[in-house]
Amino acid sequence: MLEVRDLRRSFDGFMAVAGVSLTVPQGSISAIIGPNGAGKTTLFNLITGHLKPDSGQVMFKGREVTGIPPHDLCRLGMGRSFQRTNIFPKLTVFQNVQAAFLCHRGRGWNLFAPVERLYLEETEALLDSVGLLAKAGEVSGFLSHGNQKQLELGIALALEPEILLLDEPTAGMSGAETRETIQLIERLARERSLTLLFTEHDMEVVFSIAQRITVLHQGRVIADGEPAEVRRHPDVRRVYLGEKHDR
Amino acid sequence: MPDPSFIFAQSLSGLTAAMYLFLIASGLSLIFGVLRVLNFAHGSFYMLGAYGAYQLVQWLGTGHGRFWWATLGAALGVAILGGLVERLLFRYLYGKEELYQLLFTYALVLILSDVAKIFWGTQQKSVSRPPGLTGSFSLFGTTVPYYNLFILLLSPAIALGFWFVLRRTRAGRFIRAAALDRETLGALGVNVDRLYLGVFMLGSFLGGLGGALVTPVKSIVPGMDTEMIVEAFIVVVIGGLGSFWGTFLGALIYGQVLSFGILFVPRFSIFSVFALMAAVLIIRPWGLLGKPLK
Amino acid sequence: MLRRVPWPLLVFAAALFVPALGSRFYTFVANDIVIWALFATSLNLLVGYTGLVSFGHAAYFGIGAYTTGILMKKAGLAFLLAFPAAGLVTATFALVFGFFCVRLTRIYFAMLTLAFAQIVWAICFKWNEVTGGEQGMPEIPYPDFDWVERVSGILPFLGGYRTSEYFYFVTVVLVAACFWILRRIVGSPFGRMLTTIRENPERAEFIGVNVRRYELAAFVLAGTFAGLAGGLFGIFNRGVFPDFAYWTKSAEVLIMTLLGGMGTFFGPGVGAVALILLNQQIVSYTEYWPLILGTILVVLLFAFPGGIAGTAQGFARWIGRRLGRA
Repeated sequence: MLEVRDLRRSFDGFMAVAGVSLTVPQGSISAIIGPNGAGKTTLFNLITGHLKPDSGQVMFKGREVTGIPPHDLCRLGMGRSFQRTNIFPKLTVFQNVQAAFLCHRGRGWNLFAPVERLYLEETEALLDSVGLLAKAGEVSGFLSHGNQKQLELGIALALEPEILLLDEPTAGMSGAETRETIQLIERLARERSLTLLFTEHDMEVVFSIAQRITVLHQGRVIADGEPAEVRRHPDVRRVYLGEKHDR
Repeated sequence: MPDPSFIFAQSLSGLTAAMYLFLIASGLSLIFGVLRVLNFAHGSFYMLGAYGAYQLVQWLGTGHGRFWWATLGAALGVAILGGLVERLLFRYLYGKEELYQLLFTYALVLILSDVAKIFWGTQQKSVSRPPGLTGSFSLFGTTVPYYNLFILLLSPAIALGFWFVLRRTRAGRFIRAAALDRETLGALGVNVDRLYLGVFMLGSFLGGLGGALVTPVKSIVPGMDTEMIVEAFIVVVIGGLGSFWGTFLGALIYGQVLSFGILFVPRFSIFSVFALMAAVLIIRPWGLLGKPLK
Repeated sequence: MLRRVPWPLLVFAAALFVPALGSRFYTFVANDIVIWALFATSLNLLVGYTGLVSFGHAAYFGIGAYTTGILMKKAGLAFLLAFPAAGLVTATFALVFGFFCVRLTRIYFAMLTLAFAQIVWAICFKWNEVTGGEQGMPEIPYPDFDWVERVSGILPFLGGYRTSEYFYFVTVVLVAACFWILRRIVGSPFGRMLTTIRENPERAEFIGVNVRRYELAAFVLAGTFAGLAGGLFGIFNRGVFPDFAYWTKSAEVLIMTLLGGMGTFFGPGVGAVALILLNQQIVSYTEYWPLILGTILVVLLFAFPGGIAGTAQGFARWIGRRLGRA
């Protein structure tokens, strides 16, 4: 589904991503972990076209998509959520998701149809499945952090992605919120047979749902495989879990 | 081919204009660099500097050294006004939408232009050249007034002094740090409030100083504010918003393009400077010597 | 209840009624307002809906004015052709300028729009043969209204007005049509896409919005309607002058938009009404209109950043809450 080959990117001489390769098979749930500054978000931004890599390739559905702009990638079926919540704050919850439908279904250039009549059912159904239907009319900027994360997920799903990249989907959430969100993501992925690739700092979450884990350290992959394998990997124990003890 | 002495004369007049512009635009650029605000009212500060100098010369008379006191007084007065504006009003707009900041500075343009009209009317005013600099000399067949020569020397001197302050003093370090990365400022233990106030006052001072110094060569009229702010914008955009040497370079280029534009395509000389500004923005939006904003 | 009232229709009808009051002055002021309302609303498409702060919107107003002016005065073209031509020519300019502008963000965008506007101004100011240069182009003819006299044989209520009043009717109808179109655009999926760009361009890009292309489309549309407003204004003003495109005009229309309320559709129109009426009142007392305007602007920025429409909405909501609680 998604393949990354030897991707590199540096900022002012600092190698943020130093030759990363990884493969995400269709229908899998994969996680990228690593300490802060390991290059997770940069890697995401390289995959989703926000940044252009210095070298390397990104293949999506067997086709090279390296460096093509996000809006085109999006059309090909790649959805993403952001680490810092990224919604349209002055629009209502409903309008947020509806906007995604409008654009994705190619209505964006319609200058004359009244927007109030389009994709009402689809939007409501989707809001229902992410658990936000009751808040449809609220201005999204005033939602709680957890709800905003849900909304972001809703926006991403409206684009009917085949693969969903989630950058720290539970960042800043309480324990209970985290569990709920993870259950939600898992359920949605199952229902829609989505491929998932996410980064996460909460190890419990990662080991509970990921089928494959890639460990990043200083811009390089130091381990890659099934959770049990990765957990046993000596480098991971030293670099990653070791760092956890230090804290 | 026009004769060489004419070209020299044009070039020199362009250079003189550039030096004035540099003085004024460096204040604009400084404020932008640190506060990230394009100050439309900078042209008004320039105008007030000119009227201020005129008024002080009226009061002090034209005796020896009086012009210089008037110039300094006018520039300081403008700096104080700038400080008041920053302290009482402008600071409440930091962090708000850019449009509000722009429109606030434009509101100042409107208010100050009428204030100047109320005090000084619409008749044009002028100030005579200070004693000691009234004469002129001949260079390659061109008459150069001493006062112009003085400006040609003073401006780079101020530039160098300024550069020295930016490079070698604590305040200068903070200003540069602020221009590069505002977030680290708090971490450096800088009193950001005071820094902003200081920078706004210094920027206004430079605008006022430029206005005061221009009085012996240009008549003081309403409308000089909006004319100047556009020129200053061109200069800082060409050189790079917030860049000190960029402003210097921008002023030089502007002066030359304008004076040679008048020489070769007189009707489109204004056009050519705006076209230059647009071209720079298209090719290198952060200007010739500026750095891209994050 | 108040929501049921078809306000736009009522305003339209009231506007048509103005000449019947019999005051030349009222019609003049109303005509001024109607044209500026269109100008400000066109700018709002950029500033209020797309979040692009243009400091050179007057360029398109000026281009529109010069286009109709030149076509009607020098080429003797009929208004029926010269008016759409204003829109077409302006759209072309906006497309070219906009192509470069939308590549930049924020302050650089504002500066480039300003630079282009000043280029337009400089050309109008200096190109004597075509634009009349500094002196501008006085005596733009009114459209031909002889046909009205002929028609009024059958429809007597049409006849009996002055030429300037006929032109006023034409303006009101055309501007109302433009408003209708703009309203549709703002309420369309396209309009919603513009709003997402204003709210969060990064996210917009990732729901599949080609941000630059939408911005360019908004730029061209805003420019076109500004051009149409300019085309009407040149005739109304009986002359076209370079300062139509000068940067202070761009600032003026921005103030109007802000005063009325950005992001609300009718806000800028309200701003035009308020500002022009105020101007008419104040200039009869004092010559220091800019001083007053500047002060209003400062008060607005600090106390009522939502403008008249935004403040009214907030007030209505407050009342609603109070009533709901009681």
